[in-house]
Amino acid sequence: MKAIIAATVLGIIMMYAGFMVKEKKTILSIATLLFVLLLGVNVWELMTAKAGVVETLFHYQLVISPFSIWFNTLMTAGTLLYVLLMGNDIINVGKNVGEYFALFFFILVGVYLLSSFNNMLIMFIGIEILSIPQYILAGSDKRNLKSSEASLKYFLMGAFSTGILLMGITLIYGATGEFNISSFSFIQMQHINPLALTGLLFLIISFSFKVSAAPMHFWTPDVYDGSPTPFTAFMATIGKAAAFMGFLRLFHTSFASISGSWTMVLAIITAATLFVGNITAVFQQSVKRMLAYSSIAQAGFMLFAVVSVSAMAWQGLIVYAVAYTIATLGMFAVLLKLKDYTFDGFNGLAKKEPFLAFVATIFVFSLTGIPLTAGFMAKYMMLQAAMTQGNLMWLVIFALLMAAVSAYYYFRVIIAMYFKQGDTEMTGEICITDKILLGFTALLVLLIGIAPQILLPKGI
Amino acid sequence: MILLLLILIPFLLGIFSFMAKDAAKNVALFGSLCSLAVSIYVADFCGKEQVAPISFPWMPAIGAQFSLAADGMAAMLCLLTGIIFLVVLLLNRNKAIENPASYYGLILLSQTGLMGVFLAADALLFYFFWELALVPVYFLCSRWGGERRIAVTFKFFVYTFLGSLMMLAALIYLSLQTNGVNSMSWQNIIAAGKALPLVQQHIIFWLLFVAFAIKMPIFPFHTWQPDAYEQAPTQVTIILSALMVKMGIYAVLRWLIPVLPEATAYWANTIMTLSIIGIIYASLIAMVQTNVKRLVAYSSIAHMGLMCAAAFSGTELSNHGLMVQMFNHGINITGMWLIVNMVEQRYGTQDFKKMGGLASTAPGIAIALVIISFANIALPLTNGFIGEFMLFSGIFQSASQYHITFMAVAALGIILGAVYTLSMVQKVAYGENNSGVVSVAPMSSTELLAVCVLLALIIALGVFPQPLLDLVLIK
Repeated sequence: MKAIIAATVLGIIMMYAGFMVKEKKTILSIATLLFVLLLGVNVWELMTAKAGVVETLFHYQLVISPFSIWFNTLMTAGTLLYVLLMGNDIINVGKNVGEYFALFFFILVGVYLLSSFNNMLIMFIGIEILSIPQYILAGSDKRNLKSSEASLKYFLMGAFSTGILLMGITLIYGATGEFNISSFSFIQMQHINPLALTGLLFLIISFSFKVSAAPMHFWTPDVYDGSPTPFTAFMATIGKAAAFMGFLRLFHTSFASISGSWTMVLAIITAATLFVGNITAVFQQSVKRMLAYSSIAQAGFMLFAVVSVSAMAWQGLIVYAVAYTIATLGMFAVLLKLKDYTFDGFNGLAKKEPFLAFVATIFVFSLTGIPLTAGFMAKYMMLQAAMTQGNLMWLVIFALLMAAVSAYYYFRVIIAMYFKQGDTEMTGEICITDKILLGFTALLVLLIGIAPQILLPKGI
Repeated sequence: MILLLLILIPFLLGIFSFMAKDAAKNVALFGSLCSLAVSIYVADFCGKEQVAPISFPWMPAIGAQFSLAADGMAAMLCLLTGIIFLVVLLLNRNKAIENPASYYGLILLSQTGLMGVFLAADALLFYFFWELALVPVYFLCSRWGGERRIAVTFKFFVYTFLGSLMMLAALIYLSLQTNGVNSMSWQNIIAAGKALPLVQQHIIFWLLFVAFAIKMPIFPFHTWQPDAYEQAPTQVTIILSALMVKMGIYAVLRWLIPVLPEATAYWANTIMTLSIIGIIYASLIAMVQTNVKRLVAYSSIAHMGLMCAAAFSGTELSNHGLMVQMFNHGINITGMWLIVNMVEQRYGTQDFKKMGGLASTAPGIAIALVIISFANIALPLTNGFIGEFMLFSGIFQSASQYHITFMAVAALGIILGAVYTLSMVQKVAYGENNSGVVSVAPMSSTELLAVCVLLALIIALGVFPQPLLDLVLIK
């Protein structure tokens, strides 16, 4: 609860700071400071939380467990890392810099709600708080037509899927008479109500929109490509991880008892997502667009957590979300240093900036899932979770085939950097702070790859 | 602790090489000498008493430990790795290469991976090292290889990566069948595999076998191999063909046959048939090659086919022969590549129709070529003979109803092997000099040293193979 209040208040402070302060660099410093503060509040909440004890608020509408606080802390830390890595690029997007940071705080409020809702209406509010600032961020480069197009597209699609979400909630309410996700009682029904099943399907469809799962993924490449690159990085990582958390929380808390009626649908969606994301990524010429498709492909892997109803899924999602977030943020940070976003733009980077090429290699390794990187452990946990399910072996093998395909387009970056000749054009000097931060990010990737248990402390 | 040294020496010196700039060459040589010394010590120690296995907790949540153990087979392969890396690093010392620090650093890192694969007693650790051996080789081939290196190496990488992922799925599945404590340890994986119902065993068997077959490579998973061998720099080709293919055989012996005995028995005929098709197929293709490197590459497929067939014959004799042959094949193929490399440098071509007359211009190299070729076709008194002899009698004794056919067809492969090897020797060493190169430089001192080490091993193990047999029989 403390974190939710803190994020709201800090967001408002940030907004006013944006009016008061004109110097962009100062705003960035204030924002960084406030994010550190917010992380501090999260850590404080984590320290005071007791293992196995949940805090309930507003008549069980919010149930804050140590697990959700831990997820919130990780996501806040991820946002801080993001601001540190790309702060200078964020403040160069447009004029009203304070607003962007304020929006990040509000998005975090959405993240916190999605990790601890116990009522479908709170979930709805969480999703809206998460999404609306992202629509604005997508269009923040106002003079750029592509950015405006991205924003409008994102907004229309998002509004559409929100409508479906509401319809789903209504139908579920009609069938059960409950908004409270932990008290649906499907077991007592003789047959599952067709209303409930339709509602369930609507919920799956609308969440698939939010996490960009095929065949509801069409907005993703255009939005990610059109949005200003720093904001794409945020939407593809923190925004997506939070939506997954909501997805997982809703389906594993309330619909686990009738998992037989929806896992197959979701398994097919997962397979389709993996297929579409990976195969389309192969044909991209721009690294930014490739990362957009790769985010669809990675969403396919994250869907494993939702498909496999087991305790491992929660841990797996934490590891996957963090591993994917760090590596993608790092990759976008490298991308922002280059002028040309095509694969050819990476040619010869290893000669010109060996350090940049080296960290990019580690990020690419992690996204591919090479051992000793975070991405490997993430994939490992997802496969493990899926295999405990028993009847998903076909999906596991299909996912592995697709992972091999993903090596193809990820390694094109490495081939360009190391084995091709060229003169990479940089946007500017790479200062020592950038190097330290990128080095730190790469180190995190390796650390999680060697000891993933640091992401899963006891008692969460 | 001594086992940890085998991994730490190449790893730390490899990292150091990256920073050592021009001294990297010597750092790497020093590292390989140290590793060789330690691996000799381990092999020697192994003959007398058990080497203490080591084990640290690593990822308790998923049941993985950092545990290493060495029996006779592992000690033998570590020894082979030590010898081959020394030879590799003695080779081409005078040739300037671009960015030596990264080159030698990556070579040592691949050595780390190989040592780890042979020593790991935990499935996840095994998988980690399996990939660690692959990634540096990918960079080595793509950066320092021949003209078509990028595409060829990429194919090789994606192929083996796919195989690795399949193995990963199988290992996770097996670990889930245990009670969850140290579920990745070798003993637990074996217990889990043996207890599986046959239907699941079939699936897991093929997941594992495809991964290992791609590495060996076994027909029809071999298509990456000739191109990769041809395009890789010779030193890396040696690592690939002498050691990395052994990872495949080793993995079959350690992580497949004991884990899934029933499925192995069920599929043995199929695998043996594939392997023997591979022998004949590769030998026939080798006969029409005019490129020396490709010829040796195809001959390697033929040899691996024989080893794989023997591995699935299920007799004790062929198992012992396999261990001996793994070592000997590593030595012989390294010798072949050494000579090929020397000849290629001197004539400036890989096409042996444009060579010739080596015996009169550089008799030293020609003699070495003849001896190594004899070893390669398993002539008695060379080291190749004893191993192949045991493999054949093992296949002959196997319980398979087709054992005589298998043995007869495989023996045909040996005859074909003699045909293409000797015709290559004849065209390179004797006959007209078609190259236009008048004076061929004799061996340099480091080349001579490397060749002498190998020739000594070939003759010594051919005449008196008992020490090797003693070593590999230790459980």
